[in-house]
Formats: sequence, C-alpha cells, structure tokens
Amino acid sequence: MGFNVKEYYENISKGNILLAYKGSITSELINDVLEAVEKKLEEVNELSKTRKKLYNVLVESMQNLYHHIEESHEGITEEFDPKFGLLVIEKEDGMYKVTTGNFINSTKIKFLKEKIDKINSLSRDELKDMYKFILNHQKLSAKGGGGLGLVDIARKTGSKLEYVFHNYNNNYYFFNLIIKV
Amino acid sequence: MESIFIEGTLKTPIVKFDGKTGIVEIKGRSIPENSIEFYKPLVDWLEEYAKKPLEKTQVNVQLEYFNTSSSKCILDVFKKLEAIHKAKHDVVINWYYEEDDEDMLEAGEDYESIIRVPFKMIEIVD
Repeated sequence: MGFNVKEYYENISKGNILLAYKGSITSELINDVLEAVEKKLEEVNELSKTRKKLYNVLVESMQNLYHHIEESHEGITEEFDPKFGLLVIEKEDGMYKVTTGNFINSTKIKFLKEKIDKINSLSRDELKDMYKFILNHQKLSAKGGGGLGLVDIARKTGSKLEYVFHNYNNNYYFFNLIIKV
Repeated sequence: MESIFIEGTLKTPIVKFDGKTGIVEIKGRSIPENSIEFYKPLVDWLEEYAKKPLEKTQVNVQLEYFNTSSSKCILDVFKKLEAIHKAKHDVVINWYYEEDDEDMLEAGEDYESIIRVPFKMIEIVD
C-alpha cells in the first residue's frame, strides 16, 4: 500500500480551514466552492485585491483538476470517486494556502515537473512573456484547457509553486500542488 | 445585421453585440470550464460583421474575472476586431478595470501589446 490519501487529507484539514473537500471535481462543485469562498471572504472583510487573487487561483487550480483528472484509475481502490480530487484552503501566517491533490499517471510526471520547475525559475517579466507567448501561439484543447493555468497562478500570486509527487502504486502517483496567496 | 444579447450567468458574461450601433460589450465574469462553446458564436458574428462593418466600432470589455480558458477566446475576438481595423475602419477597445485591480489592468496591457487596435485603459472608480 502506497501513499495514504485519507490520512494526508485529515492532516492538512486540521489548521485554520476556510474550506476542505475531497471527492469528484465537477463543474457544479466548482460553482459551489467559489460561492462559498466568496461569501466567507466577504464575511471577514478581506481586501478586494486578495479576494480577487484567491478567486482567480481557485478557478484555475480547480479547472486544472477538472480538465486533467483521469476518469479511471487502474489499481486504485474503489473508495475513490471517479474524477477524485481534493482541495483545502487554509489561512496560515496571514496568507491563504491552497492545496490541491489528484492521482496522476506516472508517465505524465516528467512533463508536469519540468513545467512547474520552469515556471518557478522565471522572473516576473519572464513569466509575463511566457504567458503572452502561450496565449498567442497555443490552441485550446478540445476540453478548453490552454496550458496557461499554472503560469497564470504563478504570475498573479508572485510566489513559487510547491509540489510533491507521492508514490501510490506502480502506475499512479498522488500529486499535490500548494499555492500561497 | 442581427444583434446578439446574452444574459450573464455565474460563469459567463453579459454580451451585447449590436449590429446597428457598432457597440460590442462583454461584461461580468467569464470563467466557464470550456470557453470555446460560449465564444464561438461571438467570433462567428464578428466574422460576419467584418464583411460590412460600421464606420466606427466601439468595444467595451468590463470583466470582473476571467479564466485562462477565456483568455484565448477573448484574443480570438480581438483578432477579428484587428482585421476590421486593418481594413481601415475605426475600432477602439475600451478595457475597464477596478481601481485596485492591477492584474486586470496588466491583462489589458498584455492584449494591447499583441493586438494592433487602439486600446483605452479605463479605471472604474467607486
């Protein structure tokens, strides 16, 4: 038995939690999360600048999950919903920390890791150039994904993307992305 | 030509493309999972409009949020407008942003640097 997703989820859901979810990532779920978070940020009178950045990060990170989660996971126990993903938003040291998690086929790790490392190595101006280049030169996939989500997140937050690949079984890893806003 | 009026939803903006006045407006939130579906009719409309545009086309874009899926479709919309401008018709894009929203201003400037159409950055003050 590889990485324990449930234990991980329970551990990261213990802090000052704004929202924690694990299960299918659907279009409706994204609506519900956005609505709930918007309401909470309004209640605590969060700065509109921070509110907007967090909202954008949530849209991009959840839609990344929505577009990239694989429908079926070979060898992953039945306890996980199809399109399983997790999302935890917490407030830590005056910042919002957004953690997402999803299963990823081990064949895709290299590509994803290189992409994130590349993004993390770029300055603000270089990120802007990369964003504009992809915007202007790459076509949208049939699902509507554009390969811009992570670049946009890095640009808007100004912080490095943190990630971990946890080995789950021979074919799958559990991928965690941690974003600070 | 026929105009397009679309009500806004949780994830899609209010759209008014008016063939009689040459005023083209996109307002609100544009965060659908798949934006192609939403924007294709708008791009098609502009392609038709470009065949016989009015002397002056005024474009108002006032978005609170847009996702990266929409960003490419918005570029497609602007490319159609660029073609109209290139054919020596008057086109201006008014890009609205809220006063504290530097990200939205910067997004407008990104488009301005890619698309050869005059842009006006307009700050919305409460």
